[in-house]
This record gives sequence, C-alpha cells and structure tokens, in this order.
Amino acid sequence: MSKLIQRLAEARKQGNVGLLAEAIPYARWMQIAPENGTGELLTRMRYHEELIGNTFLPAIHGGTLGAMLEMTAIFHLLWETDTPTVPKIVNITVDYLRSARPRDVIAAAKVTKQGRRMVNVFAEAWQDDRSRPVASASAHFLVQSEDEPSAL
Amino acid sequence: MAKPPLASPDERLALFQKLFSDAIPHNKALGIKVVAVAKGLASMQLDWREELVGNPETGVLAGGPITAMLDGCCGMAVATMLTKPEPFATLDLRIDYAKPAEPGKPVIAEAECYRMTRSVAFTRAFAHQGDPKNPIAAAAGTFMLGTKGKVTRPVMAKEFLK
Repeated sequence: MSKLIQRLAEARKQGNVGLLAEAIPYARWMQIAPENGTGELLTRMRYHEELIGNTFLPAIHGGTLGAMLEMTAIFHLLWETDTPTVPKIVNITVDYLRSARPRDVIAAAKVTKQGRRMVNVFAEAWQDDRSRPVASASAHFLVQSEDEPSAL
Repeated sequence: MAKPPLASPDERLALFQKLFSDAIPHNKALGIKVVAVAKGLASMQLDWREELVGNPETGVLAGGPITAMLDGCCGMAVATMLTKPEPFATLDLRIDYAKPAEPGKPVIAEAECYRMTRSVAFTRAFAHQGDPKNPIAAAAGTFMLGTKGKVTRPVMAKEFLK
C-alpha cells in the first residue's frame, strides 16, 4: 500500500485533510495543500514570490495554476471518493480565464463522470471572488490499473 | 548579399535563457535551462530534484513541474515568431501524460509554434528524457496575442533574420 493511502487513513482518523500534502514533496515545495475548514474540500496554493511568471503585471505563472488544479483534482478524488489506489493522471486541459494576481489561489473540484476504471474531474481556481475564476481544468484519471505506478 | 544574423547561436541562447528563465521567477525556481532556440522552435531542460517529486517512494517527478515547463516552452516558441512587440498569454494548455518520468534523469521539452494568426498562436510540444520518439508527455497550447500589459521583451523574430 502506498504511503499516500496510509496517510489518507491517518488524515481521515484525525479529520485533517491537510496531512495529505505533507506526504508529497512537490506539494510542500509549492505550498499547495487541501483544507476542509468550511465543510467543503478546497485546495489552497499559498502565494510566494517563486510562483510569479510575469514580473511586470505581476501575475502568477500559468504552469503553477495547471499544477495546482491537478493537485486539487487528486486531493478531491482521494478525500471524496472511495479510491483504493492513488489516482493516475492521464491528461488535463487547462483554460486560462484571467491573469492571477500575487495572492493565494483557491480551488475546488467535482467528479463529472465516475467510471469503473476512468474518472473525469472538473476543477476551478479563483482568488478573491469565486464568481471570477482565474483558471479551470478538466482531467482524466485512471483509478484502477495494472499499468505503471502513479506519479504520486 | 544577405545580412548576417543579429547574434551568434551562443549569444542568442544566452539571451533566451535570460528572458525566459532567469527573468521569470517560477522558471528560475524550477531551474529551467534554455537548451535550443530557432524561429518557431524552443527547447528547455528540467533537472530532477527531490523537491519536485510527486511520489517519494518511487522518486517520480510530479506532473506540475512538467506542466510548467511545457507551458513556458510553448510560450517561448511563440515569442520567436513575433514580428512586432506585443504581449501574449496562454489561452489553454492540454497535457497528455504518456508515462511517468524516470527518476534522477533530466526532462527535455521541445515545442513548436506551427501557426500564427493575428489573434492566436498555436503550439505543440513533447517532453522526453533523451529519446524524442519515446515521450513522457505531449502538450498542445494556444496563446492569445495582443493581450493587455506591457511589452517586456524585444521583437524576438529579429534574432533569426538571415
């Protein structure tokens, strides 16, 4: 069993979804972590200078928004669905809707279609105003596979 | 007689390294290196590092750093095509993860801007670990040209004048 799945059991016992991020070096480095303080599972990317992609606007790098939407979808699948394995990303399409300012980015995900082997997830990221998203993404994940192991 | 190129290949690479990695905080944090550039083409390299790992048991890189490099590499390919100074922004980016990156080995991105219209630039890219025929990821990105904001770079297409 993967460490992340063990960590998930621990997080459920403590009711602290934030533990999931601690098991992933990249999530720690990016300061991306899930939180469930409001009752809804959200993922937050804490602003720090290394996220900047355009120093003149200034704006957060588009690649980091894609990365955090991908993590949002994974945390959602781990926490909100009964996945016995770590979901394996197949592909993701990110739409960039507005430039993201040097502030925290928050995102939420939902499962659009749950199949036996494949799941489609939609995720949306915003900053101050949820009705003005900065980026959205849809992604496919294999949730049961004999293929090579997941990147997570 | 044709005019000589404005810069030697090494000077050109140094210029693109400065503009597309050193001057972009996130690319710099990832340690992205610009390894090749030509009109409509861009190539970058990302070295393996513990902090960028998604699965600590296998040491496989997370998808995020590869996404960020492919976005940056497609953007650089667009910049090489600009004939007038104008800002641009990523409109959408699709990534297909063909297989996990092998731990410890650098990842190379190669992007091509294959079509420019007045408003939109179309790009595609692959990421591989030494064999371009055996990619770990494929990308397709579109970019909106003439977005608001300041022009922060010189007209890159001039670098490739013959």
